[in-house]
Parts: sequence; C-alpha cells; structure tokens
Amino acid sequence: MSELVVPVLLTIITASTPLVFAAAGEVVVEKSGVLNLGVEGMMIVGAVVAFAVGVKTESATLAILSGATGGMLTAFIFGFLTLRLLANQVATGLALTIFGLGLSALIGHGFVGKTFSGLPKIGIPLLEQIPVLGSLLFVHDILVFLSVIAVFLITYVLNKTRLGLIIRAVGENHHAAHSIGYSVVWVRMGCILFGGSMAGLGGAYLSLAYTPLWVEGMTAGRGWIALALVVFASWRAWRAFFGAYLFGGITIIQLHAQGFGVDIASQFLSMLPYLATIVVLVLISNNSSRMMLNAPADLGKSFHASD
Amino acid sequence: MILKRIVLGVFLITGMLFNAADGSAAEKKAKVGFVYVGPIGDHGWSYQHNVGRLAIARTFSDKVKTTYVESVPYGADATRVITKLARSGHDLIFTTSFGYMNPTLKIAKRFPKVKFEHATGYKRSKNLATYSGRFYEGRHVVGLIAGKMTKSNILGYVASYPIPEVIRGINSTIIAARSVNPKIKIKVVWVSTWFDPGKEADATKALIAQGADVILQHTDSPAPLQQAQKNKVWAVGQASDMVNFGPKAQLTAIIDDWNAYYINRTKAMLEGTWKSQDTWGGFKSGMVKMAPYNKAIPADVVAMAEKAKDGIIAGTVHPFTGPIKDQSGKIVIPAGKTADDGMLLGMNFYVEGVDGTIPK
Repeated sequence: MSELVVPVLLTIITASTPLVFAAAGEVVVEKSGVLNLGVEGMMIVGAVVAFAVGVKTESATLAILSGATGGMLTAFIFGFLTLRLLANQVATGLALTIFGLGLSALIGHGFVGKTFSGLPKIGIPLLEQIPVLGSLLFVHDILVFLSVIAVFLITYVLNKTRLGLIIRAVGENHHAAHSIGYSVVWVRMGCILFGGSMAGLGGAYLSLAYTPLWVEGMTAGRGWIALALVVFASWRAWRAFFGAYLFGGITIIQLHAQGFGVDIASQFLSMLPYLATIVVLVLISNNSSRMMLNAPADLGKSFHASD
Repeated sequence: MILKRIVLGVFLITGMLFNAADGSAAEKKAKVGFVYVGPIGDHGWSYQHNVGRLAIARTFSDKVKTTYVESVPYGADATRVITKLARSGHDLIFTTSFGYMNPTLKIAKRFPKVKFEHATGYKRSKNLATYSGRFYEGRHVVGLIAGKMTKSNILGYVASYPIPEVIRGINSTIIAARSVNPKIKIKVVWVSTWFDPGKEADATKALIAQGADVILQHTDSPAPLQQAQKNKVWAVGQASDMVNFGPKAQLTAIIDDWNAYYINRTKAMLEGTWKSQDTWGGFKSGMVKMAPYNKAIPADVVAMAEKAKDGIIAGTVHPFTGPIKDQSGKIVIPAGKTADDGMLLGMNFYVEGVDGTIPK
C-alpha cells in the first residue's frame, strides 16, 4: 500500500508548494491593504529568471535567489505605480500579469529547450530514517522546506510581533497608521516586495523542481489560484497553506483516479479542486460579519497623505 | 496628479496610434495572420505552426507580412482576436486550434473578402478552408514501437480533451501496439488542458506509478517527456522533435510540418487561385513526419516502423484496418475493410484494449 500512496503524496507536495509560496506572500501583501493581482506575472518572471540563472551558473542557490529577486523587481514596478503614482491597484495588477507573461517570454527566448538538473533532495538527519513518514516528510528539496518555514514565520510575524501589528494597522486603517507616524507607503512597499519575492520563489519552484524546464506561460494560471486561496484562507497564512494542499491534493488524486479507471467523468474530476475551494469558501464565509473582520478594511484603497 | 494622468493619457494614445500606423504602413504587402492556442514557445503544437509562419515570411519576404496572436483562449477572446485580424486588413487568416471553429465560421461570414483557414475543424464556407494532419498515421508507427518496447504491457496516455482527434490517436496507438503484442493495455488520463506543464507532468507521474512504461501524450508541452526521462521510462514527443527534453526517453516524435502547406496556400492567395477546400495530409504529403528514432530501439523494430510508414505512404497499410472491435467486443470495422474518413473524423468510441471510458 505504502509504495502506492507515498508517490501520490509526494506528487501532492510538489503540486502544492508553488501555490503555498505565492498565496502566503499575497497574504502579507493584502494584510497591508494592497491588492496585487499580478501574482501570475511575478511568478512567471521568477520562474524564467531562476531557470535562466540556473542554466547559466548550474548553481541551485543562485537560481533560487535570482528567482526571488526577479519576482521582487516585478513587484517593485507594481509598488511604484500604485504607491507613488497612486495608480489603480486592480488595473495595475492585471497589467503586471500581462507584462510579466510577455517579459518572461522575452527573457526566456534563448532558454526554450534547455534543461536544468533540478534541485538536490535534502534529508533531515535522523528524522529521514523513520519508515514511510521519513521519506514523505523529511526528504525534499530546499524549497519545500522553505515554503513550510515561510508559512510559520509569516503567521508568527503577523500575529505576534510589533512589525506584524504595524502591517495590520496599515492595512486596516492607513490614515490612523499615518497619523501615529508610520510610513504607510514604505510599509506597503516592503510587503509588496516580500510578496513579489515569494511569488518569485513559487515560480522558481516550477521551473527548477516541479518541471525543470522553461516553456512560455508555464505557470498556467497558478497565480490566480493563489489569489483565490488568499480569500479562501480569510487572510491567514496557515489556512492558505492548507488550502494549497487541499487544492493540490484533489488535483493529483483525480489524475490517479483516472489512471485506475474510476468511472467518473474527467471533466467533473478536473472541476473538483475548484469546486472544493468554492464549497469551503462558502462554509467559512457563511458568517459574513466574521468574514468582514478578517478582510483588511483598507484593502485595495490607494493612500495619499493629503487625502 | 492631473499631470500624471495627462502623461498616462498621451502614452496610451501614442500606443493606439502606433497600432493604427502598423495597419496602414503595410498596405502594399499582403497580410497573413495566425491565431495560436498556446504560446509559440510551447515547443509543441503552436511552436510548429509558428515555424510554418516563419517559412511564409522567408519565402515571400517582399510580398507578405505575417502577424500572430498567441495563447488565445477559446470563446469570446478568440472571436475578438480573429475579428481584429480580419478588420485590420489581413488577407488570409489561419486559426490553428479546434476550438476556434465556430468563431472562425461566424467571422468568415462577416468578412467575405478575407480568406480563412481553420486547422483540425470540419466546418467550411466559401472563404473558409480547413486543414489538418493525419497524425493517427504517426501514432500507428508509435504504437508499433511502443508495443515492442514496453515491458509492463501498460502504455500511459496523457490526453487533453475527448474530441475525435484525440480519441482517434489513442485508438490508432493501441490497435498498432496490440498488433505486435496482444497483451497490451493503454491507460488514459485526461488533463482537460492543451498546455499546463505541471499538470501534464503530474498525469505522467500518475501513469508511471500505475505501471506504464511508455508515455504517449496528446498535450503540447515537453513536460511528460521530461518526467519520463526522470523516471527512466520511454516516451514519444508531440508535434515537434522534443529530444532535448529527454534524450534518453524519447523513442521518436510525431512532427507536424505545416511549412509546405502554408507556403502553397499563401501562394494561391497571392495568385488569386485560393479556393475553400479541405486538406488532410499525412506521411505522403509530408505534413506528418517522424523524428529520428532513439538509438536504443533494436534495428528490427526500426525496420518494422519504417516499413509501416512506407506502407502508409504507398497506400498498402491503413492504421484502421478491420477487424476492429470496440470496448464491448462489437465489431466496428469488419475484416478486410478500412475506416473511411467520415468514421475517422467523427470517432467517439474506444477500441478494445483501452482502459476506462470516454468522458461524456
């Protein structure tokens, strides 16, 4: 049994990790009151930059770092336009996605058909020797571990630290935060850059570990799913983590079910992950006042000190 | 803030002017437009169509200007993009995916002077031609090789959408594979997309976990091939030679070669001899080709594959030659008969040896 189940579970982990990165990063961005719909664009730029650097240098570390930097630089464009020039966040985010897809195609032009050796697996000493569980939970590439650590850190920082309090204050009421002396623009810029680097890491995971290759548009809509997961998670990083695994899990299980010849229409099975997301969304948002409490009050609003 | 808005406005307007200028400056040249379902960098289906477009651009560099729009989703977006091409002075427009059929037909009626060509569809009109490749001929050759190379007797098939084109490919593969090894079964996983490298790789993993040791695909990215290489099983490239993505795993690839067709049709358009017609080219016309065979394939298997290919060209071999039974065991093509094009084009049943049912 375990030789059948373990590969399935391992595939679920690889399918979910890019979503975890992107969604957890976006949680921070939205907590600071910024709605960045450009996740897909930042992801794909991260993917192409990571892959290009990986191919050129053969260094996994450099590739991962540049993936994060690529996502961050893309996010900076968004930050500059929305925070400095006060452009509409929704429109700018959408434009960022289109821009990212185009830019990545341009950067990646010479890298189509190249291959990268992939990320090395790291085993945690001792723990990796536990039968079944060891190979399942404690032998992964660095990015999988990093995604889990990131979720823990984000949850901790947002809820238990002064920095988290400032971020949330800026997201809930930017005028109040401004009036007590916090720089709304810089806090938000920091969050946007962080979100960008997380999306970049998600993209890097796609092009370095998930399918170590570069083809245009390889994120294939995962940025949008990450955005939906943020709402699904009612702006909590750990819930976004479980949402990503739920989504990834159902996607993978339905593929395996088809292989076994389960007699359910494949269209229905393909729909399942989305359906499950909607159902959970309905369940957790049935109490609308609690839902409203979770959503940052100033989400998507531009801030200017003179307003 | 007003200044910034003005700057932004000027920016946008110049952008539009550029677009418009683009349309009028090329008045002297004929314009040929392409609509692709995937990115031209998919290294598969759309990539090959773009290779064909570049062939037009090279051959008629002084007479023709080519344009393309990539990653155009089915539905309203397709209608919008095709209309825009028709409106901006294109003389000939190729829409290169099955799902563009109805929008292309509708727009062809509205622009009677523009010539349209729709790939893999079956609806034609006075100014709308159709064309496709007999990829099932390539799949026959692939099936023979897969039948000889599999050890587990399970073939894995990553499929996109349950349309006749895809079902025909699955059937052609299994018929050929079972002709050399009757114990073979084929497992099909539908991913409901033409292009999603991650999901295609996941489907491949699922098939390998369930015992498949030859992976075939009817999706457009090289991810299944790459995954096959990682898991040390065989695979077959799709639409273009994908050998770079899995040099050890790729047995061969079915190559779509549109160059000759695109050049001919552009020439006909330039000379005024263009007519609406249906073209379904295979090995014989060169529209379907096989990539070089993997060195690991034994010589007698390669010889068998080549013989089948030559037979198809000569007309002595037909991939759908009876007796062929469907999954329930009912004879659908009697002994000695071959399937006609009508049956092939509308194929909506699995033949014997395919696991599972066609999603309805």
